[in-house]
Amino acid sequence: MDPLIGALVGAPLLGAGILLVGGRRLDRTGHWIGCLWAAVSFVIGVVLFADLLSRSPAQRTLTSHLFTWVPVAGFQADVGFQLDQLSMTFVLLITGVGTLIHIYSVGYMEHDENRRKFFGYLNLFLAAMLLLVLADNYLLLYVGWEGVGLASYLLIGFWQHKPSAATAAKKAFLVNRVGDMGLSIAIMVMFTTFGSFAFRPVFAHVGDVSQGRLTTIGLLLLLAACGKSAQVPLQSWLGDAMEGPTPVSALIHAATMVTAGVYLVVRSGAIFNAAPTAQLAVCVVGAVTLVFGAIVGCAKDDIKKALAGSTMSQIGYMMLAAGLGPIGYVFAIMHLVTHGFFKAGLFLGAGSVMHGMNDEVDMRRFGALRTYMPVTFVTFGLGYLAIIGFPGLSGYWSKDKIIEAAFAKGGTEGWTLGAVALVGAGITAFYMTRVMLMTFFGDKRWQPDAEGHEPHPHESPKIMTIPMSILAFGSVFAGGLFSINSAFLKWLQPVTGHSDGHSPVATWEITVATLVVLILGVGLAWQSYGRQAVPAVAPRGSLLTRAARRDLLQDDFNHVVLVRGGEHLTRSLVYLDHTVVDGAVNGTAAGVGGLSGRLRRLQNGFVRSYAVSMLGGTAVLVAATLLMRGV
Amino acid sequence: MNHTVLQVLLLAVVVLPLLGALGALLPAPPGLKGRDPEQAVLRHGVLVTGAVLALSIALAVGFDRAQPSRMQGTTDVSWIPALHIRLHLGVDGVSLPLIVLTALLTFLCALHAYYKMPEGPTAKAFVALILLLEGGTLASFAVLDLILFFLAFEMVLIPMYFLIGRWGGDGRERAAFRFILYTLLGSVVMLLGLLLVGFKAGTFDMVTLATDKGSGLSHSTQIIAALAIGLGLAVKAPMWPLHSWLPDAHTAAPTTGSVLLAGVLLKMGTYGFVRIVLPITPYGAHTFAPYLAAFAVVGILYGSLACLALARQGAEGDLKRLIAYSSVGHMGFVLLGIATLTPTGVNGALFANVAHGLITGLLFFLVGAVKERYGTTDLDRLSGATGAALYGAAPRLGGLLAFGAVASLGLPGLAGFWGEMLSMFGAFRPAAGLDRGAYLTYMTLAAFGTLLTAGYLLVVVRRVCMGERDAEARVLTDVHGYEFAAWTPLVALTVLAGLWPAALLGLTNPAVRTLLGGS
Repeated sequence: MDPLIGALVGAPLLGAGILLVGGRRLDRTGHWIGCLWAAVSFVIGVVLFADLLSRSPAQRTLTSHLFTWVPVAGFQADVGFQLDQLSMTFVLLITGVGTLIHIYSVGYMEHDENRRKFFGYLNLFLAAMLLLVLADNYLLLYVGWEGVGLASYLLIGFWQHKPSAATAAKKAFLVNRVGDMGLSIAIMVMFTTFGSFAFRPVFAHVGDVSQGRLTTIGLLLLLAACGKSAQVPLQSWLGDAMEGPTPVSALIHAATMVTAGVYLVVRSGAIFNAAPTAQLAVCVVGAVTLVFGAIVGCAKDDIKKALAGSTMSQIGYMMLAAGLGPIGYVFAIMHLVTHGFFKAGLFLGAGSVMHGMNDEVDMRRFGALRTYMPVTFVTFGLGYLAIIGFPGLSGYWSKDKIIEAAFAKGGTEGWTLGAVALVGAGITAFYMTRVMLMTFFGDKRWQPDAEGHEPHPHESPKIMTIPMSILAFGSVFAGGLFSINSAFLKWLQPVTGHSDGHSPVATWEITVATLVVLILGVGLAWQSYGRQAVPAVAPRGSLLTRAARRDLLQDDFNHVVLVRGGEHLTRSLVYLDHTVVDGAVNGTAAGVGGLSGRLRRLQNGFVRSYAVSMLGGTAVLVAATLLMRGV
Repeated sequence: MNHTVLQVLLLAVVVLPLLGALGALLPAPPGLKGRDPEQAVLRHGVLVTGAVLALSIALAVGFDRAQPSRMQGTTDVSWIPALHIRLHLGVDGVSLPLIVLTALLTFLCALHAYYKMPEGPTAKAFVALILLLEGGTLASFAVLDLILFFLAFEMVLIPMYFLIGRWGGDGRERAAFRFILYTLLGSVVMLLGLLLVGFKAGTFDMVTLATDKGSGLSHSTQIIAALAIGLGLAVKAPMWPLHSWLPDAHTAAPTTGSVLLAGVLLKMGTYGFVRIVLPITPYGAHTFAPYLAAFAVVGILYGSLACLALARQGAEGDLKRLIAYSSVGHMGFVLLGIATLTPTGVNGALFANVAHGLITGLLFFLVGAVKERYGTTDLDRLSGATGAALYGAAPRLGGLLAFGAVASLGLPGLAGFWGEMLSMFGAFRPAAGLDRGAYLTYMTLAAFGTLLTAGYLLVVVRRVCMGERDAEARVLTDVHGYEFAAWTPLVALTVLAGLWPAALLGLTNPAVRTLLGGS
């Protein structure tokens, strides 16, 4: 079984290689090649899953050592994989949702002349993401980490002829790079502390290390997680990343890559458990982001950006749960999986709407689409019910558990985090209902575009609606299935550990409270966007709305603090270079002007004179040595 | 392979280019005659550099990988007995990768020139100079005598001077002059240091001196010698603030000149640090290491910030100049690794050395190709307000340029990553006796430098590769066959070194440990 783990990464990597090197001759079949390799890795994932299930829970960890990577004294690293319940969960999510989105893209990207390249990049992403979750050490994880960043960069900028897409790609890479710095320094601290990067020895020796050191590592890992998972303060790239094609937003910027930060924190659970300060920081980041993203989601009229705000907010939930320690790890991952289903489904639904509406993204120009796109309406609607936590659907099971876990942390912290999570659930219900109402209900508000083309909303082809339906199925049932007999908890517990905590509030009280805020959120949205007609031009809105439309001024902040500051710095450096350094050099040059005149006479361009001058130089050298010896 | 064969191979690698340079000046033999004499001599260049490459690969194959710290294929005969100067050659794990890199890059340049001869005086002189340059560089990596090293080091300057001054673009005279001025001044200082070491220790033999680990030299001698030799090498590396000859030289040099300058010549400086300063004057190295590290880090940040300034819209930045400044930054990482005095850092430095040769060599080739097609390397003229849209106009060229940029910014899985990572890691835990706090600061600043590096390279990709393609834009030829032939080896090696760094580090690590005294 062990070699299969490598094949899991190898299959999509091979696909990427074939598609990117193959050139134009693969244009007609490339998309199917891409789907094939994604499906192959999904099948391998299922085989491995069956193998793990057949073992006893204590023996569900497979390892596979490939080769020695860096054999330098004081810095040993190997290439090796580790497959356990946590990585298995991710493997199934990545390859499963990944394959569906590959298939969807066949339809979505049908008219793009670079479709082959698109599938090459998607395969590359799968390979890097699988490497990230299968690595048995932090250094290899880092390679996957940067690999998904690269794939994300390439895919956000896929329509690079649009300046906005090109700029968004650059921004995503750079903001992520800030987080990556954190990860690389964390790896160094880890190696000097533990003498290894590998998960097993590091986690085994956590007890021997001072808490300060562990807190440092934890905070650096958190910085990395903030970058990749678009958490405050490194959240600004995600909204812009929606410039990428919609399947990319669904796969990378909703279901898988952006959750890598949560994976990192949960995987490093042993370190965080021993560093309470770092844990609290994770919780705070999660709580702040979940509110931040939700507020942004309420104000956006661009359907994808509203969903992006929602993604940030939902990952905030996962982060919050991951910061709670053993009380929350399992639920963080469970919400991650259910979110993978419903958010991917919602994005694919949004893509389907755009497909039928001439790539329009402004929700103020939608309306009444439910009659034109029934399948999209139903699948999107089920995803909507799942994300707001409608009782019985996936989101209900996973999000309620997180709210419960937050209260169970105990003390003031527990009350605060729990209250924030609860309020967040209300805002989620509000903004998602708003999206739903503006898109599918009310009067039709679309208008001819600049060239006079009237949109003719139509249902998308089967190749797009079938993946949407499968994801909708998951959005409805996954959470419930996971919760039967606490199956998911029992599956993950051997890796992450679990404790129940002491919740000051009873479970039923939380359920009731969640339902109340849910109804409040939906009602409020109905009040504003259901009962009244939605204006086709956005009203000016309150100060908060206007700030939220500008992503709560995050870019303005970055611009003033980082970009302007940097520009002043580089300008002064250029000035320095022109005046001081060059001045000094020119001075030197002038000083030896006499010498230069003589040198010029030697540059007559004939090779024999170079030979003579070299000979002369050698003679001078020997003479100098003789002279020195005499002294 | 036995000793004699290796010995002959190494000798041949060093001597063949020099013989080839002489041969280039003779009338072409009948077998090599092409359409015209020009073509014949260019063909001669390809043939000789190809033979040298084949020999150097044979050398690498025959090299005993089990003992990379031992000098292999040694030749040791007395040359000037009165001064104890010997003809001593040998190859170990530190020099072998550089020898192969030099042979490879020179061959690719000769190949490129065969199809696309730079404009200038005769092809004859061009080929002779390239071969002379190759011979000098290979010699400086192969010799084990301080005086011979100096001779080889100097021998390289002259051909490079003429390559820039005669075959270069705008401002070539001034750039070439500045190049020779800086490096000659550096060399004079270095010569004094070398002589001081030789006379105080009674031998110029680098192996003997390295084995002594400075025991034959007083502390003050070591300090003076390390300073003098280090200054000479630092000019070549180049270390900030002695770098300012480099951007001009690169901007003016023809494509092949830039490739060789960045890919091969700069390496001689850092090689000298590892081969001479660290093992022969360890006390001196220890004294100056913190300063070297500080200058290196300033170089990293300075180079990156200069690139950012050049990449900005409206800055009239030149693409070649930008890559030259990026070299200052990358070589800063190499110097930082050396200045940590740890096996990790020095290995990282040697790795980064080779990686920089591959990646920057590739980038200069690519920029040369851009210049051929657009007639300019000025970023503003190239990209206008929206971007040059190379992806659309010449997708393969655009893709390769993006690959080069991504490799250069140090993406893990490609060659650029390991050297920088190991250098920073060395700085995170410097050798005993060095100020840990200062080095931690250096490391953090260097990490910030990687961020800036990503910044300007992505701006370059944004402005050159991306953008909306004009309907009326003229059709550009995508990558030619010969360009593919010249670039593919660099791309393949960049990927290979990134995925399997052990191939290179397995050679350098034991040798570095021996040079550092088994610490």
